[in-house]
Amino acid sequence: MATYALTVFQDEVRSPMPAPEDIPEVMAKVGAHQEELKAAGVWVFFGALTAADSATVVQSVDGELSMTDGPYIEAREQIGGFTVIDVAGLDEALEWARKGSEACGWPIEVRPFMDGPPT
Amino acid sequence: MTAPSERLGRIYQQEAGRCIATMVRVLGDLDAAEDAVADAFAVAAKRWPVEGFPANPGGWITTTARNKAIDRHRREAKRHDRYQELHHLEQGDVATAANLGELDVVDDDQLRLIFLCCHPALGPDAQVALTLRLLGGLETSEIARAFLVPEATMAQRIVRAKRKIRDNHVAYRVPEADELPTRLVPVLGTVYLMFSEGHTATAGPDLMRPELTTEAIRLGRLLAGLLPDEHEIIGLLALMLLTESRRPARLSDTGELITLSNQNRGLWDATRIAEGHRLVRACLRHNRPGKYQIQAAIAAVHADAATAEDTDWSQIVALYDQLLAVLPQDIVALNRAIAVAELSGPAAGLEALTGLALERYHLFHATRGEFLARLGRVDDAQVALSRAIELADNEAEVCHLTTRLSHIAQMA
Repeated sequence: MATYALTVFQDEVRSPMPAPEDIPEVMAKVGAHQEELKAAGVWVFFGALTAADSATVVQSVDGELSMTDGPYIEAREQIGGFTVIDVAGLDEALEWARKGSEACGWPIEVRPFMDGPPT
Repeated sequence: MTAPSERLGRIYQQEAGRCIATMVRVLGDLDAAEDAVADAFAVAAKRWPVEGFPANPGGWITTTARNKAIDRHRREAKRHDRYQELHHLEQGDVATAANLGELDVVDDDQLRLIFLCCHPALGPDAQVALTLRLLGGLETSEIARAFLVPEATMAQRIVRAKRKIRDNHVAYRVPEADELPTRLVPVLGTVYLMFSEGHTATAGPDLMRPELTTEAIRLGRLLAGLLPDEHEIIGLLALMLLTESRRPARLSDTGELITLSNQNRGLWDATRIAEGHRLVRACLRHNRPGKYQIQAAIAAVHADAATAEDTDWSQIVALYDQLLAVLPQDIVALNRAIAVAELSGPAAGLEALTGLALERYHLFHATRGEFLARLGRVDDAQVALSRAIELADNEAEVCHLTTRLSHIAQMA
């Protein structure tokens, strides 16, 4: 088995946010997708993030703390949330990503975790 | 009697891909498989010229490669992670390695390997590079030369692709029937890209790179043999054979490019044409024409004409209309315009070129220049030909276009 992060990228320019009245429908589809992952026994974790401008970047260099307001990477595309799944291999992960993208309407990046002992 | 080194080289070309494909299945790792097969050929180079060539060189290489992998594993398990993963070799096979017969070479392994190399998660550049390296047995330096990139760039591309396959646990399997339509697209695309680059190199001094066309046709035959019900594979193989049949007529004795209409058709390879025709007929009978089958049919119409004047241009225009429906690309429209000009005259051809977004493509301007010249618009023709020369990177093509430009200038 191999573990993958399926990261949702939100891109205001390429595909705008759903209209407020459409949000419940999107949330319902995403919820149904998560239930499908759980039923298939591949679900490990899911979390949706608040807007990127709510982020704070903290860095400690030689004991010196710096803190900046806003996301680390200033980009049009920001991470909207991610799902972690445990599946047999890439093809299965890609298929779940396809379903996930269909549910939420955003592009999804599929990226394997490094092999190693479970932490 | 051929020299042993030559015979060994030929065996390498024929067998390396098959052996690597089998070793990937046995070892579960691309690099370990390549190392093992290279080790086995090194042993063969020492022993075969002295002891004689085995009856089944592929089986010999595969069995030796497996044993070499076990040796390497014992030596390097502590140093290299990838050999640690090969522990199943020790558990299962080592005890019986001495009395094991030759390892089976399964043709499915090559199919698994080509679907791995052409996995849609890899970019087209990586797909072609990996396919040539692992299935074609080409050295990285040869692949780099074929695609005119520095060897270091090509090496990095291959390393990255292999790492992506390993990190992502891409399965070593033949896609299921319901996946085949989508999974075949990049496989056929890779083989055709390899062929096209060999047929007319994008850049450089040579018009053709026969090592690429030969390997593409070999892979086409392999795919056609293993997946005989896929009509587009047969179509692609036919297209490649019919196109390749013209190779002996494409260059003059002095190395200049000769276009289709001026080629000595007596030099065309009749055996390849006959095979291409047979394949086109076989796949079109199923009446499910895809882009490769239609292009093969166009090539077959050209091959049917004893002289350029005998070409059935109305049939070719009809086939291009069909091709545009499944492959709506400007480059297809450009080729259709050439056929239209032959059928209905240069004004109709020029008309068919309007609206195509091919400003950066040398053959668009070359084609436009030819139409303009035939309409007597010599000044406009010269501007178009000059633009084509600016944009072309292949030296044989530049030379051909320059000659055309000087002929047109003389018309003024």
